[in-house]
Formats: sequence, C-alpha cells, structure tokens
Amino acid sequence: MIQLKHISKTYRVSKREAGTFAALKNLVHRNTETVHALRDISFSVKPGEIVGYIGPNGAGKSSTIKIMSGILVPDGGECLINGKTPWKDRKAHVKDIGVVFGQRSQLWWDIPVIDSYELFKAVYEIPDGTYKRNLVSLTELLHLEELLKTPVRMLSLGQRMRCEIAASLLHNPAILFLDEPTIGLDAVSKIAVRDFIMRLNKEMKTTVILTTHDMQDIEALTKRVVLIGKGEILMDGHLSDLRQRYGRRKKIVVHYHEGHFTDTEGIHILSNEHNHVISSVDTDLIKVNHAIEHLCKDAVISDVAIQEASVEEIISSLYREYDI
Amino acid sequence: MKKYRLYFTLTLNHQLQYRAAVYAGVLTQFFWGLLQILLYHALYISNPAASPMTLEQLASYFWLQQAFMTLFMTWFLDQDILDMIATGNIAYELCRPIDLYNVWFVKSMSNRFSKALLRFFPILIAASLLPKPYKFLWTQPPLQLIFFSISLISGFLVVVAFTMLIYVLTMLTLSPIGLRIVALSLMEFLSGGIIPLPFLPDHIRRYVEWLPFASMQNTPFRIYSGHISGSGVFSAIGLQWFWLVILLLVGKVLMQMALRHAVVQGG
Repeated sequence: MIQLKHISKTYRVSKREAGTFAALKNLVHRNTETVHALRDISFSVKPGEIVGYIGPNGAGKSSTIKIMSGILVPDGGECLINGKTPWKDRKAHVKDIGVVFGQRSQLWWDIPVIDSYELFKAVYEIPDGTYKRNLVSLTELLHLEELLKTPVRMLSLGQRMRCEIAASLLHNPAILFLDEPTIGLDAVSKIAVRDFIMRLNKEMKTTVILTTHDMQDIEALTKRVVLIGKGEILMDGHLSDLRQRYGRRKKIVVHYHEGHFTDTEGIHILSNEHNHVISSVDTDLIKVNHAIEHLCKDAVISDVAIQEASVEEIISSLYREYDI
Repeated sequence: MKKYRLYFTLTLNHQLQYRAAVYAGVLTQFFWGLLQILLYHALYISNPAASPMTLEQLASYFWLQQAFMTLFMTWFLDQDILDMIATGNIAYELCRPIDLYNVWFVKSMSNRFSKALLRFFPILIAASLLPKPYKFLWTQPPLQLIFFSISLISGFLVVVAFTMLIYVLTMLTLSPIGLRIVALSLMEFLSGGIIPLPFLPDHIRRYVEWLPFASMQNTPFRIYSGHISGSGVFSAIGLQWFWLVILLLVGKVLMQMALRHAVVQGG
C-alpha cells in the first residue's frame, strides 16, 4: 500500500547572528547551511495497518508526511502509494488520501463548517449519496450536530479538530495521514479522537499513519511504531517488542509502617520518604517475586504495587539510547 | 468547473459581509474621483490645447477608475493567499485534487469582483448626478459599450493573471514585501492608475502602451470615453488578449516550478 525506498531530502536554511549589523551583513552575503532533513528513509505499510511515526521535534516526521501526501518533492528515492508516486501524480494521488495537520486549519475561518464541507464535496467530486452517508456517520461518530452550522472561528480547539478530521474523511480516503491530531486537546477530546480513529480503522479498514508526541496516542492506537531521529529510521517494530526490550525495568512501590530497605543486585531504591519506597527492578537480574521478598523481609508493610514502564518512559529511553 | 464556481461564490459570500468597508469605500472613492477631476480641470483650463484628452473623456476615465478600482488596483493582493504561503497553510491546498493556479486565480478574481460589485453602481449613479463637465455619462453608443465590456473583462483578467505571478514568486522567495513595494508601485504608475497614460511624454508613452500594464485599466476606460476608437479598439483588445495568454502561460509554468521547489513552511 505504502512503500518508501531511500527517500532523502535536504533543506537550505539561511542563518545569521542576532542584531542589526548581522542583518545588514546578511543583505550582502547570506550564510546558508544544508540540513539533511531525511536521509535514506525506507519502510512499507500494509493496508489496514495503523503505524505510529514518532521521533523528537525536527526529526523529519512532518517532512515524511509531506512527501507522502505529495506536497514536498524529495531529492532522491522512490515512494509508491497505491501504485502512484505522490509528487508526480499529485491530483490522482490526493484523491485516495486524507490528511490532517494538527497545527493547521483547512476549514474557512469565517463561514460555517458545513460550507467548507460543501466545497470539499465539489473539490473531491464526491457523489451526493456518498457525501450524505459519510456526513451522517461522521456527524454521529464525532458528535458534530451542534457544530456544523457554527462559523469556524467560534469553535473551541477540540471542536475544530473534530471538524477537521471529519473534513479529511468526507471522500472515503483509503489512507489517512494524521500529523499530531491530538496536539493541544484536552483529555476528553483526545479520547474522542482516538476512539474515532480506532473505529475508522476497524470498520473502514482505513490505513492510518500517525505522528504524535503523545505516547498515550501510540499506546491506544498502534501496534507498530517507526522511530525516526536526525532524518534516519532508527527502529521499526512492534510496541510489544519495545516493551520487552525496554520495559524489563519495573517499579515496585512499597508502603510500610516501619522497616529499612537496601539495594541489592537488580534492585535499586529510587526514593524512600513518608513511609513510601519506590524501587527500580531489573527483571533480567532478579525475578519479581524475589524482589518483593527482598523488599519485604525487614519491614512491616501495608501495600505493594508493581508498575510497568510507561510508553513515555520506554520512548525516552529509546531517545536516550539513540542519542536523539 | 463546479469546484471553481464554489470557490468563487464562497469567497464572494465571505467578502459581502464587510458592509462598513463598502460604505467607507464608496464615499472615499467618490471624493477622490471628484478631486482628481477638479485637479485636471484646473490643468485643462490653463491650456486646453495641451491636454491629450477632453474634459468629458477625463471625467468618465476617472469615474470608471474609481468605480472599478477594486478590479484594477495592482497593489491589492489577496491577504489569504499571502498568509497561506507565509504560514504554510498552503499544505492543505496542495493535498486537494485541484489545480492550485486555477484556485488562486478564481479566488483573487472573486475577491476583487465582490468588492467592485457593491461599489461601482453607487459611485457611477452619484457621479452622473453632477453637473457637466464633471458628470459621468451613461449614454454611449451600444457598440462602444459592448467593446468596453469586453475590454473591461479582459483588462480585469490581465490584472489577476499579473498578480498571480506575484503570488507564485512569493512562493519561491517567501518575502512578499520586497517584491510588492518595488513591483506594485511601478505597476500602478505604468497602468495609468496615477495619471492616465495619454498624459505621459510621447517618447515614453510609445513604449509604455505596449506593456501588459497598459492592457489593464487604460484600455477599457479609454474605449468607453471614445478616446480609443475605430480600428484602434480591435488592436487594443487584441493586445489585451495577447498579454493575457502570455501571463497565464508564464504563471502556470512558474507555478509548476514553484511546486517542485517550494518548501512548505513550519513543521
């Protein structure tokens, strides 16, 4: 469905020192620097997959999305989506895809949402029947009834984002690119958006590629994660594999009445305050039941809890490992 | 075609909201037109023989200029489009199955047209109530009116096609300001927006009249007043069409280039 091979892209970025003198100097001579936004990116996505595309800011996530949606022309490499090269067959290609850029708006600011939808209907040449059906189901799934007749400028960010997502799906795209769809949303809206993406993927078999900094998005939506850093793909695998690799450290939290606690092989006491001990346990070195035994042997305890490493922690240890 | 029509009507509906701007515009333009005519009247009285246009011709030129100003003002650019380029919102326009050049062309057309739609009629009505020789004359031979209409539309399209070049160049350079200041003030002068082209010295006018800028407001307004007449009308409209085709072609080619090289701003 989606196939990228050796995609590379460089940008020329002009740089100057701060201040007026530097600005004047810049008029005569411009310092440009070549930034390798992407080097040798290759991966492929099967129909119906949801892929989380993650990496720190400036890693090249958005550039990749832009290339896949036909907006940006790469310097080299091949990209085939549904058998088409996005930047060569732009108009045919974009009919099959929906794109949501979380930081931008595609709806007309001063007019009711529904007017923008009517425009997209014409632009994508969506047949009347399909349009009505999609509008009804999107309205229901994303709870848009109240919003459709409101001018976009009067909507809250969460409301607008729901309308934006619906706008990108009116034409039944086979592939949906979501570039930070939950950015700036509150917990309720985030969950609504996630639920919707799940249902869409399940019911319509829509392929979804998602970039985000919100690890809960990743946890809720994706099985497969592609990690990009400094323009290169560093890792491509399943979230469960990641968990096994980076999640072997667990936290054991002990609440106690009295007692003392010591480090031993595989157990490291992170903090011990207010009758509350947090320890980090490496399950390769010590089994969990032995660890609990060790922690409890010199203490009167009231409660014990075992916590798995959160995706957040896994990803940050990934970033650390790859030094990005 | 339907998509472009919708872009046109959406922009139109959007613009029609700004009522206060319309009232203010009508009033300013009316007085501006009056002042200009009075100024040229003073010049005319001092030496009628030196004026290349009669006072009646001048009056209708200036009234049409004020009435249709929004169609022809070269310094007016669609802020939506410029913002889109500067902020990177153009990303969304680019993932539509639609020709970006055509969409922008239609949008700028609609933007200008909507502004003119509400303004031209009140201005011309008010101007026709003035005493001679300042008044605007409605009554012209029908043929002249037909040629005027053709030329008005052609001139309007030439203006839009020209501003398209500026949008496309903005995509490539990203800084619309430098380009705008230089190009637009020069264009305004060369199109006869500041002084009618017949008033330029002969050795300059001879060349200026062949430029695309002369095919903007200069042609229709002079056809209306009869200052361009006879076979001159055909060659003037022919020149307009020539420039329209050239500008469209250049714009489309540049747009293709820009799309290949343009970088969408922001992450």
